Amino acid sequence: MAHPSPLLEARGLGKSFLGQTALDGVDFTLRAGEVHALLGENGAGKSTLVKVLTGVHRRDAGTILMDGAEVAPHDTAGAQALGIGTVYQEVNLLPNLSVAENIFLGRQPRRFGLVDRRAMERNTRTLLAGYGLAIDVAAPLGRFSVAVQQIVAIARAVDLSGRVLILDEPTASLDRQEVETLFAVVRRLKARGLGIIFITHFLDQVFALADRVTVLRNGRRIDTVAVADTDPMAIVQMMLGRDLEEVESGPGRPAAAAGAAPAIAFEGYGRRRSVEPFDLAIRPGEVIGIAGLLGSGRTETARLLFGLDAADSGTVRIDGRSVRIASPRHAVALGFGYCPEDRKTDGIVGDLSVRENIVLALQARRGWLRPLSRAEQAELADRFVAALDIRTTDIEKPVKLLSGGNQQKAVLARWLATEPRFLILDEPTRGIDVGAHAEIIRLINRLCDGGMSLVVISSEFDELVVCSSRIVVLRDRRHVGELAGGALTATAIMRTIAAGGADDRTEAA
Amino acid sequence: MMPGTATRALAGALPRFSVLALILLASWLAFPGYFDVTVNDGRLYGSLIDVLNRGAPVAILAIGMTLVIATGGVDLSVGAVMAVSGAVAATLIADGQPLAVALAAALGAGVLCGLWNGILVAVLDIQPIVATLILMVTGRGIAQLVTEGAIVTFVDESLIFIGSGAVAGMPMPVVIAAVLAAAAVLLVRRTALGMFIEAIGVNRRASVQAGLNVRVVLIAVYVASGFCAALAGVIVAADIRGADANNAGLWLELDAILAVVLGGASLLGGRFSILMSIVGALIIQAMNTGILISGFPPEFNLILKAAIVVVILVLQSPQAGRIAAAIAARTGITRRR
Amino acid sequence: MVPMKRLAPLAVACACMVTAAHAADMTVGFSQIGSESGWRAAETSVTRSEAAKRGITLKFADAQQKQENQIKAIRSFVAQGVDAILLAPVVATGWESVLKEAREAEIPVVLLDRTIDADKSLYLTAVTSDTVHEGRVAGEWLAGTVGDKPCRVVELQGTVGSSPAINRKKGFDEIVAKHDNITVVRSQTGDFTRTKGKEVMESFLKAEDGGRSICALYAHNDDMAVGAIQAIKEAGLKPGSDILVVSIDAVPDIFMAMANGEANATVELTPNMAGPAFEALVAFKETGKEPPKWIQTESRLYTRDDDPRRVYEEKKGMGY
Repeated sequence: MAHPSPLLEARGLGKSFLGQTALDGVDFTLRAGEVHALLGENGAGKSTLVKVLTGVHRRDAGTILMDGAEVAPHDTAGAQALGIGTVYQEVNLLPNLSVAENIFLGRQPRRFGLVDRRAMERNTRTLLAGYGLAIDVAAPLGRFSVAVQQIVAIARAVDLSGRVLILDEPTASLDRQEVETLFAVVRRLKARGLGIIFITHFLDQVFALADRVTVLRNGRRIDTVAVADTDPMAIVQMMLGRDLEEVESGPGRPAAAAGAAPAIAFEGYGRRRSVEPFDLAIRPGEVIGIAGLLGSGRTETARLLFGLDAADSGTVRIDGRSVRIASPRHAVALGFGYCPEDRKTDGIVGDLSVRENIVLALQARRGWLRPLSRAEQAELADRFVAALDIRTTDIEKPVKLLSGGNQQKAVLARWLATEPRFLILDEPTRGIDVGAHAEIIRLINRLCDGGMSLVVISSEFDELVVCSSRIVVLRDRRHVGELAGGALTATAIMRTIAAGGADDRTEAA
Repeated sequence: MMPGTATRALAGALPRFSVLALILLASWLAFPGYFDVTVNDGRLYGSLIDVLNRGAPVAILAIGMTLVIATGGVDLSVGAVMAVSGAVAATLIADGQPLAVALAAALGAGVLCGLWNGILVAVLDIQPIVATLILMVTGRGIAQLVTEGAIVTFVDESLIFIGSGAVAGMPMPVVIAAVLAAAAVLLVRRTALGMFIEAIGVNRRASVQAGLNVRVVLIAVYVASGFCAALAGVIVAADIRGADANNAGLWLELDAILAVVLGGASLLGGRFSILMSIVGALIIQAMNTGILISGFPPEFNLILKAAIVVVILVLQSPQAGRIAAAIAARTGITRRR
Repeated sequence: MVPMKRLAPLAVACACMVTAAHAADMTVGFSQIGSESGWRAAETSVTRSEAAKRGITLKFADAQQKQENQIKAIRSFVAQGVDAILLAPVVATGWESVLKEAREAEIPVVLLDRTIDADKSLYLTAVTSDTVHEGRVAGEWLAGTVGDKPCRVVELQGTVGSSPAINRKKGFDEIVAKHDNITVVRSQTGDFTRTKGKEVMESFLKAEDGGRSICALYAHNDDMAVGAIQAIKEAGLKPGSDILVVSIDAVPDIFMAMANGEANATVELTPNMAGPAFEALVAFKETGKEPPKWIQTESRLYTRDDDPRRVYEEKKGMGY
């Protein structure tokens, strides 16, 4: 294309950490008024590229040019001065300060030496109006949804820098509608002539928003293509470097034999201000999907099932026998397992090794007096590292040093090691690269063939449809419908959510 | 042990042992007779033995404190618990009770104190620093009630033996500390307890979700800390043949915390090493003994001690390591030029 | 309140007349610091018994080491209209306003055991020991005992920076300076505690040729001396003969050590501060005679010749 000089250009960027190459001769260009998606598996070098561009990491090789002139930002502030702003997945703002204070933090308008709160709030309102956001700017930021916080962060970044905006996985914790709002904001900025670098895991979002896409793998740039000239399959192949096995097109799991007695039956199970009472019968080998928008009570349901929150109504029967699940310890003793949504705070034990993370739940069930020997632990860990393809140099490596997807797999391995009869997976594929994603879905199928029952919670309706025998749909903290057999489609899920469901909580006894 | 862990453990131990060696060396420079050890009256005698003997109470406290700190907590009450257990032991023995009764009651008092702390922390979810502060303040009051404000002295040889007796030449406090340390290491490393403690310290929520009985483990570490404090309290009382409720164990909680930190544990919880904490306690005592024997005016004691601690902590900080490496690299370059 | 105010001088005048007539019926408020040491406990119990002996009603308030508690106690004594107040001040400063209140109410205040930084008109008198003098008494005993023989002394100081530690060192050093044969070779703080006294003595013994070159130990209090005596014994030496032991305070345990031949002398810091205070008060109330601003208590020297076992039994009953 006939652009004299691109807005931002990197040539031959190289970076290595302790001898490990993270970036290897990467070229990258960003034009004014384009959305440029950056794709790659975890560990491909996306974050490193962004951090080198913004001066967070010092580059080992290569040059960075802005408007054709060489620049060398040393830190985030330097990058901002050059016009490059970054918004990360975890919003780096202060939730207890007001929206206006967050926008103007460190540069508050002053009057007689004091912060001019009124001017600050007026300016914030004007600024946010440009993003189609009309909120109470004096309210603490933390009171708003992640999506609003995200937009505030973008507004601050753009206001500070104004030429290049880098969005690092901004949609990871947003629901569909929020993603649309965010996209509208991005399109507006694009129309204003900003260059936008967009990092994501979601292919459909790339096709919905981006103009060009650069794919990285193992620290190298594989290709940069215009989105209009490519298709998802081609991109996935570039990311993986191999042909994708047919993941998305597999048929849903067959429903368990209708005659089979439920292994685990929750009846009238609920908790005030959390989830309204529901019935859930789980048969051996069955995968039950739980679908719903964020905040519809999906995670709350999982917490009830696993005893993290105590139910205040209802009963649980296992193999016909009435039991009580008052704590995760009870649940684990009954053969339950739970991979939480937020693996960082609820899942991994960061400083402990991969080995210890994998044996933790099994050891907890055995009790402290019956320790697994070091050899038994290593054998278990090795087995699951191989089975789940957990990428680590060493099972003694602290698990926090693994990439997100591999941490997720380590938590999964922890539960598989207990040989559970019932496993709850909350957003098992969130923030995970395509390769690991496929592996986890394959694994789910394999486990259930072995007789384990599963509850899978996911925002990816297509993914749910592929792997579930039945899908329970939630809305407003209520179980509003159940889909099975031929009715199991993403459209049906959305219709159920939209319609409020036919309220057919039928027990397929 | 896997080779990887063994090397890592060694890499962690090396700087601590070198610090200890440096302090001993400096003391030797200040006082040439420092390394002399003789046998006197059937017991080993010398400054090095003093370091071990005087360091034993803090080392014993550090064993319990290590476990508490590994869970992300802290136990400020250990000094006061020492005063309580010393008071109980001294009062009972002065009352003519047999040693077994006095010991059981003193250690039992420590266990009770630990139980109280543990319940506040694990069940009522009070922050450890606040929860243990309660006993830190009231414990000394309880001890004074037991002794009725006076120093309760005793002449019972069996109790005195615990403080100043010797086994095979080794002072009894050293023997007790060594046995307790070995028992504690076996207890946490040969069972799954150590892993549970570390897991809770690193991520309590994840540990709950993994099915750990977090409350019981937390209560257990505070009970262990209380027990250790009680034992240290009995030793200190036996050593001076009296229970001094006002002064026994005063500020020793800080020495115990410092020992654990010098041993390389993070106050945020997680990985711990009982042996390294004991090395930390010995570093502190080597420092104290070195200062005493060097003959500096006492006005400098605290300043000197603080300066040494700062130097050690700076040496241990990973940031300092990086800066040092950078300086080394730069000077290396200039030299090459 | 106006009529009351007008009546107040009259009331005080009446009160004075009444007390003048029945001096023994005095009511005295005593604001004690707390019970942080055995000596303090003994002071409290001696004060009670001295009051009882004279038929004085004592109102006792324990401040638990807090000045605000003492100020509260004094205000309440003033409100109750006591005849006099005894104050053992926890700190030296911050007493002006509350003592002015007492002066306005014409209630005499006597300081016990410690002085304050305030105008002397705010209190009747202060009954204290002269801690420099205590050090001198200890030094003179040592000088008299060793005669012309050379003597290397090790010193266990009190808590660094505390006034008894500074003064007891000063008084002792004054005497040592007059005798060339006596030198203080090592001086360290033992924080006034047995444990530290023992630990520091152990290091002295190591540093001084196993203790063989030490002639005497001077400890700023008896507790440290008791700890040090054990260290000396454990080093295989005989305290009291191989190494002379002199200390200050005269708590019961040091008399036991003297009786056993393990200590040589102690200088008494008498817990009876109240006795002289009451005498001064009674004299002031009866005759209006102002006592001197400072009443120094006796710093009596006790040695093995003073029947230490008997003194031990006596002292034990005093609540040390």
